[in-house]
Amino acid sequence: MTPFAQLLDRLLYTPARNTKLALIVDYFRHAPDPDRGWALAALTGALSFPGVKAGAIRDLAMRRVDPVLFGWSYDYVGDLAETTALIWPERRSNRAWPTLGEVVGRLGTTSRADAPDVIEEWLDPLDATGRWALLKLITGGLRVGVSARLAKLALADYGGVDATEIEEVWHGLEPPYGELFAWLDGKAARPDLEDKPVFRPPMLAHPLADDEVAGLDFDAFLAEWKWDGIRVQVVARGGEKRLYSRTGDDIGRAFPDVLDHVGFEAVLDGELLVVVDGAVRPFNELQQRLNRKTVTAAMLRRFPAFVRLYDILFDGGEDLRDLPLAGRRARLEAFFARAAPTRMDLSEVVDFSSREELERLRAGARDGATEGLMLKRRDAPYVAGRPKGLWYKWKRGPLTVDAVLMYAQRGHGKRSSFYSDYTFGAWRAHPETGAPELVPVGKAYFGFTDDELKLLDKWVRDHTVNRFGPVREVTHELVFEVAFDSVHRSPRHKSGVAMRFPRISRIRWDKPAAEADRLETLERMIS
Amino acid sequence: MTAPHPETWVEVRPQGLYVVPGGFYVDPLRAVDRAVITHGHSDHARAGHGAVMATTETLAIMAHRLGEQPDQVKQPLAYGEVARVGEVEVSLHPAGHVLGSAQVLVEYRGSRMVVSGDYKRRADPTCAPFVPVRCDVFVTEATFGLPVFRHPDDRGEIAKLLDSVRLFPERCHVVGVYSLGKAQRVIGLLRAAGWDRPIYAHGALLPMCALYEEHGVRLGDLRPATAGAKGIPKDEFRGGIVLAPPSVIVDRWARRLPDPVVCMASGWMRVRQRARQGGVELPLVISDHADWDELLQTFDDVGAPEIWITHGREEALMHAASARGYRARALALVGYEDEGGS
Repeated sequence: MTPFAQLLDRLLYTPARNTKLALIVDYFRHAPDPDRGWALAALTGALSFPGVKAGAIRDLAMRRVDPVLFGWSYDYVGDLAETTALIWPERRSNRAWPTLGEVVGRLGTTSRADAPDVIEEWLDPLDATGRWALLKLITGGLRVGVSARLAKLALADYGGVDATEIEEVWHGLEPPYGELFAWLDGKAARPDLEDKPVFRPPMLAHPLADDEVAGLDFDAFLAEWKWDGIRVQVVARGGEKRLYSRTGDDIGRAFPDVLDHVGFEAVLDGELLVVVDGAVRPFNELQQRLNRKTVTAAMLRRFPAFVRLYDILFDGGEDLRDLPLAGRRARLEAFFARAAPTRMDLSEVVDFSSREELERLRAGARDGATEGLMLKRRDAPYVAGRPKGLWYKWKRGPLTVDAVLMYAQRGHGKRSSFYSDYTFGAWRAHPETGAPELVPVGKAYFGFTDDELKLLDKWVRDHTVNRFGPVREVTHELVFEVAFDSVHRSPRHKSGVAMRFPRISRIRWDKPAAEADRLETLERMIS
Repeated sequence: MTAPHPETWVEVRPQGLYVVPGGFYVDPLRAVDRAVITHGHSDHARAGHGAVMATTETLAIMAHRLGEQPDQVKQPLAYGEVARVGEVEVSLHPAGHVLGSAQVLVEYRGSRMVVSGDYKRRADPTCAPFVPVRCDVFVTEATFGLPVFRHPDDRGEIAKLLDSVRLFPERCHVVGVYSLGKAQRVIGLLRAAGWDRPIYAHGALLPMCALYEEHGVRLGDLRPATAGAKGIPKDEFRGGIVLAPPSVIVDRWARRLPDPVVCMASGWMRVRQRARQGGVELPLVISDHADWDELLQTFDDVGAPEIWITHGREEALMHAASARGYRARALALVGYEDEGGS
């Protein structure tokens, strides 16, 4: 537990991704097997102990602690696991700290009724950090800001292999990942997972910059609409079915409406969308179904999921990734005709005869479901990662409004001395008095250069009217031109609207705040 | 004749705790005629008193922080030395908080009260250790008066810092420390852990470090953390340790440091949310105050049947002290800060 507890403790406070990576790699280097494998499982969310609930932890604390003191302490600390970890009266214990392997092994075979006794035995020899890590692990809320993707990158760094290699084996392996570490340590060959439903790292596109358009040989490319959903991979292999996100997260449990109908063997690349009566719904509706472990019947009915297919990586056991796109497209169409999968269709190929025609089509792509066009070289094989010159996303131009800076917040890590996160507002008439007022419409923390950041930081410090911890309220004087991809209704925000991908496109030092845009302007842009 | 209970000869006034038969205040919150001062932190040692009694070290710290105050009568008192003030006898005893910090023992007609000021029970290479003094009423602080505050071994915290320096040799570790006490203790702990390289310090910390050195506390090679030309971070800070006041570690001053890992040495770092709010990346739980267990242990050690609590989280401490059979009372003195003002 010691190295794992220390790792979690450091990760919790570390904002910088590279620092997190270094900490995890250092842990893999020093922690023993199988503990490091269990730690990896904990970090990637592959461990759960449904038998232990928060209430059991509270009851456990009450065995040792005055309830009045516990109450005051909990009010102060604000987190049950942490309060319990800190307040636990330390007793001399002859036991050694439990190892992570021991914790995982024993909890897995302990009944719900016996679990508190087992946990109590472990809490005594641990120190406060160890108790915190143990309770966080058991109650399943590590929340140390590490995604599964980051953990896999750390594995790649640790083993000196490419991240795509980790992705390709990842979903065929089980905790505590003995084979994986043996391979990365150079003690065994790479695990052979040919017949497992593993994730295949997808081929990604570069944005097509305005100055690249003129030089592009459009005849060599196939065009498709760029759908505003999320990229997924449907994997059916050896009788098992999976749905993976672009980063290799297994999201299948939340999408039974897609997976239940899969009766084929293939690996398909496509866009996950909400489709009702044949029409693609706005991203907002898909969002209702994302980041959930399970899904309710009502959700399935209101927001039915659908996959629009645009590529095929494997047909049965046959690897098609070396075929050029034109060949894969033919195989995809043949597969589709043969398998006729439910809740899926083919991404339409957009015909065009000239660049000008395509530009017109792209400019018109603003119906809420498409964000522009995809351009893919017809002769390119399927290459994992983001190869140059093969796939482009050619998004329609962003929307912009002029908004007024209202609040600035300190950044993190390298930006912790800078006020770098900006909340901006648009004008509206006060609902009761009719007087003009600003209402926050979004928050952005990029789009400006380092030099501009220094100027903004100084401006914020010189124009502060109020301070709330790391946040400063400023005078309503500075206008930002804010660019964003789209805007949606959002009952959660005071303004009633929410932007997608807002960023600062220009700082309008020159523009008077009173001339910034009104909320009504944003509302008219809602797609 | 039975000894008079301190309740009958000590008063809580707006200026602070007043010893009536001695005619003086202990750590008054505003300027008074006669004051006994426990230690040099600014919330306890204020300017403008007519006469001050304190340890030599505390008087030196006050002169450094508040100016010489030429009209003030200063009466230094060594630990254990007894002085007659009015109708009472006063003596000072080590409190283990910072250099020169003292508990004030006041004896009046056989009745004994100890005002502890701020104190800690852990070993500290930069000041004399706390000595329990038997008394009838023990006046305590309650800065960390919640059972979640249990300070770990400070050597372990310093080891965490040195581990991080090892893991990120290209970065600079900047540690937020209060200028009186914490700065010198952290330096002392680093030296004890074998760190013999230069330690860099913000300009606001250096004079107090020099004062400690004058009083025989060796701090080793200490250098000013000055900015490089045009404010560009100096390479010599890479892999180094820089100490600075808490207010600057995530502010503009820190931009002179190369890719700093922001650390903070304070008892408050025990609670994660509190540490994270301050933008701290490596919290070090090092405190110059007694933790929860030590507060309660101290009550047992001084043998006082009655505990008065001056400042901090008194309700939990009163609850726990009462449960252990002590008479406990909150004095509700307003004006002392959470942890050692800067």
